[in-house]
Amino acid sequence: MNQVKCDCGHVNPHGTILCEACGKIIEDGTQITAEPVIDMRYEGSARRSQTYNKSMIDKVWNFFSSVKVGVWLIVVTLIASSLGTILPQEMYIPNIMPVADYYEDQYGWFGRLYYDLGFHNLYSSWWYLLLIAAIGVSLVICSLDRVVPLYRALKKQRVIRHESFLQRQRIFGTTSMAVSKDSYELVKEQLKKKHYNIREDEGNILAEKGRFSRWGPYVNHVGLIIFLFGSMLRFVPGMYIDEILWLREGETKVIPETDGQYYLKNVDFKLEVYDKETDNEAFSDALDSAGMVAKNYQSDVILYKTKGNTVAGEEPELEEVESSSIRVNEPLKFEKFALYQVNYKLDELSKMSFLLTNKTSGETFGDITINLNDPEKMYELDNGYSVELMSYFPDFEFGDDGNPTTKSRVPNNPAFVFKMYSPEKPEGEVSFVAIQQTIEPLGDNEYKMAFNGIETKDVTGLTVRKDLTLWIIGLGGLIFMIGVIQGAYWNHRRIWIQRKGDEVWVAAHTNKNWFGLKREIQLVLTGTEIKEPMDQLKDNQVDEGETD
Amino acid sequence: MITLSENLLYIAFIFYLLSIPFFGGAIKQKKNLDHQQNSGKWATFGIVISIIGFAAQLGFFFTRWSIAGHAPVSNLFEFTTFFGMCLVGAFIIIYFIYKTPLLGLFTMPIALLVIAFASMFPTDISPLIPALQSDWLHIHVTTVALGEAILAVSFGAALIYLVKVIDQTKKSKSTTWLEVVMYGLIATLGFVIVVSAFSFADYKAEFNWVDKNDNEAKVEYHLPALVGPNQGELLTDGKMEPLVSVPGIINAKKLNTVIWSFGAGILLYGLFRLVLRKRIGAALKPFTKNINLDLVDEISYRSVLIGFPVFTLGGLIFAMIWAQIAWTRFWGWDPKEVWALITWLFYAAFLHLRLSKGWHGERSAWLAVIGFIIIMFNLVAVNLVIAGLHSYAGS
Repeated sequence: MNQVKCDCGHVNPHGTILCEACGKIIEDGTQITAEPVIDMRYEGSARRSQTYNKSMIDKVWNFFSSVKVGVWLIVVTLIASSLGTILPQEMYIPNIMPVADYYEDQYGWFGRLYYDLGFHNLYSSWWYLLLIAAIGVSLVICSLDRVVPLYRALKKQRVIRHESFLQRQRIFGTTSMAVSKDSYELVKEQLKKKHYNIREDEGNILAEKGRFSRWGPYVNHVGLIIFLFGSMLRFVPGMYIDEILWLREGETKVIPETDGQYYLKNVDFKLEVYDKETDNEAFSDALDSAGMVAKNYQSDVILYKTKGNTVAGEEPELEEVESSSIRVNEPLKFEKFALYQVNYKLDELSKMSFLLTNKTSGETFGDITINLNDPEKMYELDNGYSVELMSYFPDFEFGDDGNPTTKSRVPNNPAFVFKMYSPEKPEGEVSFVAIQQTIEPLGDNEYKMAFNGIETKDVTGLTVRKDLTLWIIGLGGLIFMIGVIQGAYWNHRRIWIQRKGDEVWVAAHTNKNWFGLKREIQLVLTGTEIKEPMDQLKDNQVDEGETD
Repeated sequence: MITLSENLLYIAFIFYLLSIPFFGGAIKQKKNLDHQQNSGKWATFGIVISIIGFAAQLGFFFTRWSIAGHAPVSNLFEFTTFFGMCLVGAFIIIYFIYKTPLLGLFTMPIALLVIAFASMFPTDISPLIPALQSDWLHIHVTTVALGEAILAVSFGAALIYLVKVIDQTKKSKSTTWLEVVMYGLIATLGFVIVVSAFSFADYKAEFNWVDKNDNEAKVEYHLPALVGPNQGELLTDGKMEPLVSVPGIINAKKLNTVIWSFGAGILLYGLFRLVLRKRIGAALKPFTKNINLDLVDEISYRSVLIGFPVFTLGGLIFAMIWAQIAWTRFWGWDPKEVWALITWLFYAAFLHLRLSKGWHGERSAWLAVIGFIIIMFNLVAVNLVIAGLHSYAGS
């Protein structure tokens, strides 16, 4: 590769604009500007994107290394994101009808259009993910294109800079007298007081501080890339689990995705609401206008682990791990899992009882209680009476064919087909019993099942979550934050004080906050004969980029 | 105790209001207001009055905290007043760095508007629903408010920049857009005046109406109904019949309030123009005569640079941590989350344009204005119009 040797002897990589060592403009005929101040962005170092543009790879690289492209990607993503908030996303709509119908039903033609454009699932659409991916690529290439040459240039910089470099800094001034030893020492001392690192060479000074703030943008980009990488890991099998576990009070179930290792028992579910009498009286006005306000959703649970190996189909032997309360904001954690309180259902039917009754005399012959989640086949009563449960429909409706069927296994609307045996009717009588209706399909019966009460139980809905990507995402976030703070709250400042013949030249540069730099130079030079340098861009409208 | 707390907020409001003429006076008094200059008596009075107001509002905040048992940042009224307080706090800090009373002349009215706007929402101390019962409520919400307030200071500085730099001798795109921004601020004032006036007169009009699912419902208007609800039927005697009604899918009551606010805004704006006989921007311009353009540009930029990390921390990182704990996932594309992301992306673009593309001065100032509009959109529209999981923050 053809390298460029500067007059000062330093060998620069091809494409360098300002010599890495002395800052002299490297004349290759293209990069000379007539501006009074040189462009200090990236220290005039050789960026790949500014140097090569031949192969396909060069062109892709150059495209993504452009900040302009990066900003456009951000702006397009920003606008695209906002579109997804016009109507609720699919995941937030109630599951009551087909999605397309729901949008049309609720929002008319606009809803239909929204759905047809795929905006109901915008954030997982291929083009949105492509945008995010493009931002990711842009982050990597933009950073690499700049950080490597910038690092080289800052590392190779010499104390003594070329005249043209100093003259064309934004802050520059000369003092036409030799500087006294005392002043020289005083300046050095005052610079040290301001926490500058000082390098000296033949009585010339380079005072520098906050160089690490120049790495802030690259550090935060690395954080973002780690974050995006972590988000992608979710799609790797085993990294991410999102299940719902519904548990009735008293019920013990295996926790999904734990390979049958863990079981959970719902001991009790509580829903508490604020009470004007017992809670903080300051809330009473708010409670008057809002009505009922939930105070606590809580499942008291017992976590079990299976003991030893269980053979499929056999009841596992359970060992209690802990008994705990799961509340909103207080998930139960075990191994890599967390159980969250997310849903509930109060007063689900759990048991129903009936009295076997003679329709004419009203005499009863004992009652049966049916566990709606685990009904028995036969219910034996005294004196030769018994009831057979021929069919059971937990969530009864009439199907399309007119026959009874069940919508789900949840006992929302239980219905039964009983066969009642009695000494008079040893062959049994069939009766179809649902809530508020009885059908006797085979003619008039002598006996009936008279409704005798219900028992209800609360059901808790827990999210079972395992997310092994969290630490990577957290790490990405942390690195991003460090990078942003590093870049935002510190400035990279350099002050050059050089002897040129009988004159003292002062030049200074900062990547931002020029007011702060000027104030600092003023302080550093007080008590010396050195004149305060001028801001060469002052009163001109600043239209120069800052250097990061 | 509750009365004491509320009175402290009134006191703060009055002191903020009083500080404005002093900041105005400070500008008239001193010819040269570069940052190295001593700002003079007027400015000192102004800042002392602001600090007293700020202390009073802190008093309001902490007394309310002790009454409620949780930091008062849990509904729209509380969050927005807190945001106003942070704005004043951020201004006070920046005042001591740059010594610019002019910034007070622009920031304090914005803070006042924010607090007045907040007071239009129910001010009851509300109990926390289970999702909000977490220390992260305090950490997340206060950091967001602080970050947004610092970003709002950049809006204040940008406004000064624009008022000063835009040529008012002839009509241009810039003068028009600046008037649009001024109108936006005035319309907020219009909203406050209209709502306060009718609330003072205890205006209540009840309607029967039919919602989008064909259910009958009742709604109570506190402003005369220009826009009535779907198939609305006025139940209260002697109140105004709506001029038009809208389909059930639109929230007529909110739309009515918006129309009133914009209408009042137009009236007020027209009145101002009539009295001033020039654009609002032109009327404000003399106040900016002595300000150093580079300095306000720098204040605006540094506010973004300081506010951006704070906002990221509060609005995204703390938000994600809490969302993981309360909602089982750190990110769920809830509208409020998306708009926080949009705000963040916008300021990221702002910084890139400034740092790498050299967007300084006027362009940068316009960006700061747009950023503030996005923040306000997320605060107001997302709570009241879009409403997702964060809707409990509304009224």
